Amino acid sequence: MTVASPGARARPLSPHVLQWRWHATMAMSIFTRVTGGAAYVGMFLVGGWALALASGQEAYEAYMNLLGSLPGKVVLFGFTVAIFLHMGGGLRHLLWDLGKGYAKGEATASAWGAMAFAVVASMAVWTIAALTGAL
Amino acid sequence: MVELLLPKNSKVGKGRHHPAPAGAKNVRRFSVYRWDPEGTGNPVWDTYDLDTDAFGPMVLDALIHIKNNVDSTLAFRRSCREGVCGSCAMNIGGRNTLACTHGWEEVPGNEVQIAPLPHMEVVKDLVADLTLFYAQYASIEPWLHTSTPEPQGEWRQSEEDRAKLDGLYECILCACCTTSCPSYWWNGEKYLGPATLLQARRWLADSRDEATGERLDALEDPFKLYRCHTIMNCAQVCPKGLNPAKAIGEIKEMLVERVI
Repeated sequence: MTVASPGARARPLSPHVLQWRWHATMAMSIFTRVTGGAAYVGMFLVGGWALALASGQEAYEAYMNLLGSLPGKVVLFGFTVAIFLHMGGGLRHLLWDLGKGYAKGEATASAWGAMAFAVVASMAVWTIAALTGAL
Repeated sequence: MVELLLPKNSKVGKGRHHPAPAGAKNVRRFSVYRWDPEGTGNPVWDTYDLDTDAFGPMVLDALIHIKNNVDSTLAFRRSCREGVCGSCAMNIGGRNTLACTHGWEEVPGNEVQIAPLPHMEVVKDLVADLTLFYAQYASIEPWLHTSTPEPQGEWRQSEEDRAKLDGLYECILCACCTTSCPSYWWNGEKYLGPATLLQARRWLADSRDEATGERLDALEDPFKLYRCHTIMNCAQVCPKGLNPAKAIGEIKEMLVERVI
């Protein structure tokens, strides 16, 4: 950076992320990151399930009741969406690493596609769960 | 570092309002970022209600109209007014583009908001400091490197090899892409940014250049190249329709290919 002439006051930083009109690709990039973090935290839920299972019937039932409560279900649904969004993001990166899908239109389409996939796949899993009486 | 909010001295306040001239039929509001190094206080948004019948179709026409007729204190860069020089790159309606090739009618919303290139130090109004940007460009040594003796005439290149430079050589270094990139916003001191990397690829793709290995060595760095996370803002906004994200992907591919 150049130093402004002596005596001049400090230069401001121009507006950036809050000034930007977002693109689907930019949103999907952030989602991939955030859901990666969320899925990492979500793995503790799975680990907790295994621990509860190993700790006997009482602990298991208490854990399942916790997950089966309304807040528990909301968290689990969020976990489902996070996993599928992150998977969609991962597939896009795989495509790019193969040297494909870089064109502006393709990248935008794959961003919307990944988001749609996450919604549809999450609904599908939860519909199957509901139909089989797992909820 | 990711910092979503602006530092204290950079928060943008409300500025002066310039009403439309009497009798104006078609009025559109232009909201322009203002900061004067010789003034006091924070940057502000000045609003100008302009008679759109009084100037041409491009955002640059509006800015020149303001400077000539409404407020001569407004500072911005411009030169060729036809998308060749890259001087008038700025953030218009939330996206980086060239004021001279972007029509103000294309900007969605009630007002046309015009700010300097994002996450840059502001010299004055719409003029951002590009010193680091140019230094990064210079760092990739953007000229032909050869070790074989110079030929009698010129360095020859087949038509096919020349075609490999298409989509790379057209860059006008306006900095729209580099300053659109969130990775560059958060790591601009270490990450070279899309424009510089597109040019790095331009020299790697040149059949006449004999320093491919050295060039790749220089780029193999966790920050210089690999801060690109394919966010794609660069390709979304390039006013010349180029694709820096793809060029960066090709460099990554070259780095993998040379070790397998």
